[in-house]
Amino acid sequence: MTASSASRLTPHLRRLEAEGIAIIREVAASFRNPVLLYSIGKDSSVVLQLAMKAFAPGPLPFPLLHIATGWDFKAMLDFRDARVAELGLKLHVHSNPEGIARGIGPLTHGSQLHMSVMGTEALKQALDMHGFDAALGGARRDEEKARAKERVFSHRAPGHVWEPRSQRPELWGLYNTRINSGETMRVFPLSNWTEFDVWDYIAAEDIPIVPLYYAAERPMVRRSGALIMRDDQRMPLEQGEQEEMMWVRFRTMGDWPLTGAHESRAADIHQVMDELRTSKTSERQGRLIDSDQEASMERKKREGYF
Amino acid sequence: MDTNVAGGQRSLLRLLTCGSVDDGKSTLIGRMLYDAQQIMEDTLATITKDSRKHGTVGEDVDLALLVDGLEAERQQGITIDVAYRFFATPKRSFIVADCPGHEQYTRNMATGASNSDLAIILADARKGLLTQTKRHSYICSLLGIKHVVLAVNKIDLMGFDQKVFDRIVGEYASFAAGLGFQTMQPIPLSARFGDNVTGRSGNTAWYRGPTLLEHLEAVNTEQDEVAKPFRFPVQWVNRPNLDFRGFSGTIASGSVSVGDPIVVAASGKTSQVARLLGSEGEMQKAVAYDAVTIVLTDEVDVARGDVLVPPMDRPPVSDQFAAHILWMDEEALLPGRQYLMRTGNLWTNASITTIKHRVDVGTLEHQPAKKLELNEIGFCNISTSQRVPMDPYAENRQMGGFILVDRFTNRTAGCGMMDFPLRRATNVHHEQFLVDKAARAALDSQKPMVLWFTGLSGSGKSTVAKLVEKALHALGRHTYTLDGDNLRHGLNNDLGFTDQDRVENIRRVGEVSKLMVDAGLIVLCSFISPFRAERNMVREMLEPGEFVEIFVDTPLEECIRRDAKGLYARAKSGAIANFTGISSPYEAPTQAEIVLAGGAGATPDALAEQVLDLVATHQLG
Repeated sequence: MTASSASRLTPHLRRLEAEGIAIIREVAASFRNPVLLYSIGKDSSVVLQLAMKAFAPGPLPFPLLHIATGWDFKAMLDFRDARVAELGLKLHVHSNPEGIARGIGPLTHGSQLHMSVMGTEALKQALDMHGFDAALGGARRDEEKARAKERVFSHRAPGHVWEPRSQRPELWGLYNTRINSGETMRVFPLSNWTEFDVWDYIAAEDIPIVPLYYAAERPMVRRSGALIMRDDQRMPLEQGEQEEMMWVRFRTMGDWPLTGAHESRAADIHQVMDELRTSKTSERQGRLIDSDQEASMERKKREGYF
Repeated sequence: MDTNVAGGQRSLLRLLTCGSVDDGKSTLIGRMLYDAQQIMEDTLATITKDSRKHGTVGEDVDLALLVDGLEAERQQGITIDVAYRFFATPKRSFIVADCPGHEQYTRNMATGASNSDLAIILADARKGLLTQTKRHSYICSLLGIKHVVLAVNKIDLMGFDQKVFDRIVGEYASFAAGLGFQTMQPIPLSARFGDNVTGRSGNTAWYRGPTLLEHLEAVNTEQDEVAKPFRFPVQWVNRPNLDFRGFSGTIASGSVSVGDPIVVAASGKTSQVARLLGSEGEMQKAVAYDAVTIVLTDEVDVARGDVLVPPMDRPPVSDQFAAHILWMDEEALLPGRQYLMRTGNLWTNASITTIKHRVDVGTLEHQPAKKLELNEIGFCNISTSQRVPMDPYAENRQMGGFILVDRFTNRTAGCGMMDFPLRRATNVHHEQFLVDKAARAALDSQKPMVLWFTGLSGSGKSTVAKLVEKALHALGRHTYTLDGDNLRHGLNNDLGFTDQDRVENIRRVGEVSKLMVDAGLIVLCSFISPFRAERNMVREMLEPGEFVEIFVDTPLEECIRRDAKGLYARAKSGAIANFTGISSPYEAPTQAEIVLAGGAGATPDALAEQVLDLVATHQLG
């Protein structure tokens, strides 16, 4: 029989994998100075895996970029550095120097301002500083309603502005990669993947992910209905709060004061997938930044949040 | 082998939904997601809250809100773009392209359909078959959809009446007979209440067919891309070091094995597959949809945009095609204007030479048209600046589809489906010879080139060209002159002076020049060649540096004064139609290598000297 029958992947995942690889190759072939936005989460890990496959046996023809907000989980940074060393990758790390100088943080300035200054602004700075004309990211259309209409090649006007009216129709796999000077492209190879597809693929390909996705006993605080892990001492306890050790895991990665955990004993990938199959909440529920206001993702996207 | 990943051999179905504004399309998708239990509690809580605010169904949860995304459109109650939705059952994963039904529908539907294998066409049971329904069906057919579901929605509002359903289905079947659908499944349903969506409805006991979901899980849409001839558009040349050179891309159709002979479609160069690298490493055989890297046995010249094919089953390679074009830009398509065209991984320049007719998507009537406006569809002849391998779209969607991009705004301005190549010579593939242009030119110790003299009649083109040729000959250069008048006595004696014939005249001259350059000659061409586009066409036929454009810039008054052949007098009297400068335009060059000021004071010898200086520099360089 054909090679495909011996594959580790289902026909469905093989199609998604091939589509993702094709999109990543297209970026390398069509842009002068592309970059892979590496957020260290599971989706980024899958994009990185696809990119390594896309150019094998050669190395990645573009660097990685991580926007460090100053509030990343320590476990994420450790994981990032280990992966970069292991795979021999070139990584740029950028933080917004103005934000640092002003001491912007989620606990003191609120999640909205923090994400705007340390996330969105920092990303734009880094893209401009290096002159990147295309940025690969791990966003998926199934994550949120505002993303369901996102293009695979998402056009940004000068200033990284996303304009719904200037988005191009995408027919077949014939992506229009042409840009004028000052314009950039954000590219999403996992557009057609669902959260389940990502987990299935991680399991089938045995892709390393940040240990925070797996349940462990961690020091937690209950705040505004969410379970927050005190990753360092910058979060003072409020009256009536106490730190307690709990078995938890995280469904998404983000800044630790803004990322809610849930109680879980799912300590390996198969247990995680079993848990997801019976889950009754959506993926982004643990993200405190999303529930700030109705349609908040759409607004963030217009402003240039990834 | 027990893969033990969720879904086992679960396959993928891509589909689109099309319907008019009030057909209940969003509600139907919301219903499918809801019934397939893809809606999480927190999402449901949000839309329950939203239903009170924006919803249109009173106190019930408005399932349409699950899919109506952006703030702006929620307020307007419409969807303005293609949205993609995902759900899965144990048998299949589904990607749903949700295409809106209002003004922009043609463009959006084409986008959704280009990536789909099946279409759900919604009809409102109360309204029956609308013009919209027919339009949607035609666009699906044009984009190569072979499987449709006719979803007769809101059947609850017609009392679940079988007669209503049968009448709509009967009408639709006769309309769709000519659209080439392989399967057409009509289903009576109520998206709002869920009848026949995922569960069989007791209200339609007379209906014996499958529910919508049963049908979507079972329908076989495999186009069998694997059985088609092997086509591999090269996307990326992978050359990390001197020891490895591979060609990466996604197999568009067919299959390939290590050891297979292949040919580069456009150049005709042959080789053999030495290695195949897939996403799981070395492989012996790869098939359609696989993303692979192919290593060949020889160092053949292959670049991004080339297509690797089997020597015995090649696609047509041509620079003239007939195609259906769907226009997507607010600025209308104009014949003759240059666009960027992408087919496979190849970008080239293209222009529409003729719009043979426009298709009225409501009636399918053919109408004459001089241009194509936004959302219009036309059957056109298209000309590309280089030879392009393409299969007819009906035979191969990946190899027959193309997009047209505006050269200035970079907007995706249109899409096209190739119907057939226009040259009779398309099955003539380029032969490779052992003695090539470089070898012939080396023997002559000269660089072959084209000296293209353009200017008004009587400007002095031929006079200067003659002097230049005489001087080059004296220097021992091998030359040949192509003269407009002389060619019109022979090769071009079937052509007149309409714009169209002038274009063809120049095209032939360009092709002959190209052959002569290939033979190693310095070719002198003196032609009025009034249109910039055609001069550029010849420039692009040749390699960079080979085409030298010489603008003999003699004022019209001076030409009229000279009137050596008495032509201006006759043109002014109306005895000659389409005379350049009098009754037909001359577009002056904007990037000529030399501009010769051919006014009253200029001597032909001085002008020729300027040309010879430039030729000397080129011959050295």
